[in-house]
Amino acid sequence: MMLRTLTVTLSMALAAVAVPALPALAQDGPLKIEITDGVTEPMAIAIPAFHGDAEVAQRVRDVVAADLTGTGLFREIAAGAAAAPGSFGEAIAYEDWRAASAQALVSAEVTQSGDAISVKFRLYDVFAGQPQGDGMQFDARATDWRRAAHKIADQIYARLTGEQPYFDSRVAFVQEIGPKDARIKRIGVMDYDGQNILWMTDSASLVLAPQFSRDGRRLVYTSFDSGFPQIRVLDIATVSSRPLTQDANSMAFSPRFSPDGRWIVYSREQGGNTDIWLMDAASGAQRPLVQSPSIDTAPSFSPDGQRIVFESDRSGNPQLYVVGVNGGEPTRISFGDGRYGSPAWSPKGDLIAFTKQVGDRFHIATMRTDGSAEKTLTESFLDESPTWAPNGRVVMFTRVAPGGNGQPKLHSVDITGRNMRPLSLDFAASDPSWGPLMP
Amino acid sequence: MIVWKKPTAAALLLTLAACAQPAPPVVQAPVVDPYANAAGGALYQGDLAGGVLGAQATAEYFNNSVGNTVLFPANQTALTTEARGILARQAEWLKTHTNFSAVVQGHAEETGTREYNLALGARRASAVQEYLIAQGVGSDRIRTLSFGKERPREVCSDEACYANNRRAVTVVSATGAGS
Repeated sequence: MMLRTLTVTLSMALAAVAVPALPALAQDGPLKIEITDGVTEPMAIAIPAFHGDAEVAQRVRDVVAADLTGTGLFREIAAGAAAAPGSFGEAIAYEDWRAASAQALVSAEVTQSGDAISVKFRLYDVFAGQPQGDGMQFDARATDWRRAAHKIADQIYARLTGEQPYFDSRVAFVQEIGPKDARIKRIGVMDYDGQNILWMTDSASLVLAPQFSRDGRRLVYTSFDSGFPQIRVLDIATVSSRPLTQDANSMAFSPRFSPDGRWIVYSREQGGNTDIWLMDAASGAQRPLVQSPSIDTAPSFSPDGQRIVFESDRSGNPQLYVVGVNGGEPTRISFGDGRYGSPAWSPKGDLIAFTKQVGDRFHIATMRTDGSAEKTLTESFLDESPTWAPNGRVVMFTRVAPGGNGQPKLHSVDITGRNMRPLSLDFAASDPSWGPLMP
Repeated sequence: MIVWKKPTAAALLLTLAACAQPAPPVVQAPVVDPYANAAGGALYQGDLAGGVLGAQATAEYFNNSVGNTVLFPANQTALTTEARGILARQAEWLKTHTNFSAVVQGHAEETGTREYNLALGARRASAVQEYLIAQGVGSDRIRTLSFGKERPREVCSDEACYANNRRAVTVVSATGAGS
């Protein structure tokens, strides 16, 4: 079953490829892209055809290239710009690649043996005329070839940007089917690039806003399965779910895991008033965290698990507040014009992404965790529900088109506000939750 | 936030509701139903030609003739004068048809975040529930639910549709208890 193949942990052996020792050439420093708010010229990278078994080698190469160029930080040098090495490990014609204006060069070999593939790669700094980092080898099941490609692209991205990688990760989302007034929804999990979709729920009941656990194994979400909004937890490997709340007189929604997976913070409604509660994920024991006569909702943990950012209209319109995990008086952090909502704390801990409504326009924006340095990333009729790539560099969100036939689409944008792009999916989707980098 | 402007009237209705607890089945009740008369007699107006009350004892009658929906201004959860009028009729119907229970569904327009709109819909549903209870409907007969912005009635993306989507819908169903 397809579900099983993906959920079994990929046994990727990361090992330095045995290659002749290379002289450590002196240079100013490794090739590196500085990601800043200023306009950055994409780095020119050559990714000539991978060696080995041609068919799978081509597929792996194309995914590596798509991952890298999809960031907007890399520009691929046309194939044939210079003579590629005749085999993996063969000397690099640096002069030719310099002449072709390549700054970095990837050489790789993909071999398939039955149900297993093995991928070796090396990254070269063309101007320095030397390898950048060790050669590496990844062994994987043949069905996991895309993951092997993402692993290579992650290595290249991390070495050239100095940032943590994020390509080998998954996104939970809600597929939306049908017109706005009779919408059918179901939860899926896919690779970050929209591939390898696995369905986690059927479409029998309305489901909203799945959120990954930090280990990537579970989802919490809101379900109308009982006829009333309640939260459920779902084990991705077994595609089995169970209710966490079942109080007939109290709605529960917008759940998220704590970073250690022990707690679930969520919105609980009683008598029309919505507050923020914490639940012990194992025992189900619950206690209130934020209680007020106003709407308090959309909580999100800081990566150290010590604080929670949430949305409250206690000031008269929705704004963002931060409260310690042990309670106390929340601190307001947003003060701009407009309505602030659905905050998401970056896994790096430095920023909070959120939805902001100003007039009849919606934005995805970020601010520091103290509310300073607010930065608007997007603008449209309706953008919402930002979620962070595991490296805290990219935000994925839902963009809804207006009108009766308007469909939601997932988009991603760099935290610099550049490289806005729709995810390539052939159906409508909303409520993304970006999971962790996979082991 | 519900402000009872006529607490004495509310108290009266509560008293009437208490009296009405052992109400006989109304599905086939004669037109001279004493509880209906005590409530002002207006309930059966216009349907006397049918000869029986059964025609009123349906969800369809409630939806179409009593009115199952009240609307709210943008970002508001307080009941308008018009909404109170509709809810007063709903309360009378529910007090007469005691074998029905109600689920009040709160809704919001599509602008606004999903989470906030769920909470907003809950407030609207609760405002309706509180009003119906104040009018004498037993609290154990009314549940609330919010769909947030998930179930708009109209799908265009301008105020003409939004105004109809900011609503609370009272969905009645026969409990099967027969009394």
